[in-house]
Amino acid sequence: MNSIHDMGGMHGFGRVEREVNEPVFHAPWEGRVMALYRALGFLQFWTIDGGRAAIESLPPQTYLTASYYARWLMGLERSLARSGIVGADEIAAGRSLRPARSHPHIMTASDVANLQRGNFERPTASPARFKPGERVRTLNLNPETHTRLPRYARDKEGLVEAVHGCHVFPDTAAIGAGENPQWLYTVVFTGRQLWGADADPTLSVSIEAFEPYLAPV
Amino acid sequence: MGDDHKHDHEHPDHSQLGEMQARVRALESILTEKGYVDRSTLDLIVDTYETKVGPRNGARIVARSWTDPEFKARLLSDATAAANSLGFPNPVGAHLIAVENTPQTHNLVVCTLCSCYPWEVLGLPPVWYKSAPYRSRAVIEPRAVLAEFGVELPENTRIRVWDSTAETRFLVLPMRPPGTEGWSEQRLADLVTRDSMIGAGLVRGP
Repeated sequence: MNSIHDMGGMHGFGRVEREVNEPVFHAPWEGRVMALYRALGFLQFWTIDGGRAAIESLPPQTYLTASYYARWLMGLERSLARSGIVGADEIAAGRSLRPARSHPHIMTASDVANLQRGNFERPTASPARFKPGERVRTLNLNPETHTRLPRYARDKEGLVEAVHGCHVFPDTAAIGAGENPQWLYTVVFTGRQLWGADADPTLSVSIEAFEPYLAPV
Repeated sequence: MGDDHKHDHEHPDHSQLGEMQARVRALESILTEKGYVDRSTLDLIVDTYETKVGPRNGARIVARSWTDPEFKARLLSDATAAANSLGFPNPVGAHLIAVENTPQTHNLVVCTLCSCYPWEVLGLPPVWYKSAPYRSRAVIEPRAVLAEFGVELPENTRIRVWDSTAETRFLVLPMRPPGTEGWSEQRLADLVTRDSMIGAGLVRGP
């Protein structure tokens, strides 16, 4: 989806402002949103990619003006409504209007003690198409749905640096079209390949690219 | 646009704050009533990220790799396994990748598309990491960004930016500062800053 979340290479956002002694959360509600996000993610009503897609599909003007955890909250409300867990009418009413859907084991204290990232690697069904050291070209893809190929790295020639096994493919997982595991590569580009002749000659940038994003050169 | 604007929405006034608190509290009530979440579990998640999981975990990894070459070799080949051998309270999940700064190459990590970050070893990301200025500029003018962090690299140092576009996560292994020969692992860990493990800072010596 070509929206505002895809920020790499944009101009005009100003300086990077750091906060000295920044707290983990700036208000109690931020911590609650983070915790809700984790606890609901645990129930697997949607995928991590579906959750990201819900945030990316916020109107660009909303995305830019909302704080980080406010975006998470809005994404969460969308995911909840879409999955039929909490209706938009219930969010508007501020209370439950219907009984819950049946659901699996909810997150408990012992799950928190073992809290760790999900593993998105899957068994391989076919050999990897590319090897480290091979030149590839990213495709010029512009899906209206979720993708992890940033705009600045489309239709660019780069070098395969590493192969990471087969992983859940975000482009299909986000739209409920299945895990569809794909080989994942680190693909590195020079600054000039991405930004042209005036780029910093010492710069290289890599992305983590799924095989369907790549073509041989 | 930019700075003033950002300041406003990262630090909302009291009425906005109250509105957000109420909205989140209402959602939490609905979800609790329906039985999808448990309040004490939510409390524990907040506490975990406020007190247990944070950049001190990453600093231990860095300090160990400075003092133990065998650990460093394992870290650079399989960072998840190496990190877990240190026995953190919460295990480190799949596909942590450690990238080493050298006099020739400086590494910088960004997520241009959202906010991917190695939570388990650095905690939750700071606001600047998730901000539009950092996400937009790190891949096109990292030297200018680094200068704003007070990092000036030699002109011929190569800069490698890692855009975290998948479920792999990156931890920068900063260079050990001079003047720390013979230091204990704990004393070294105390020097290691969060920003240095993102690549947005250097570890300064004594």
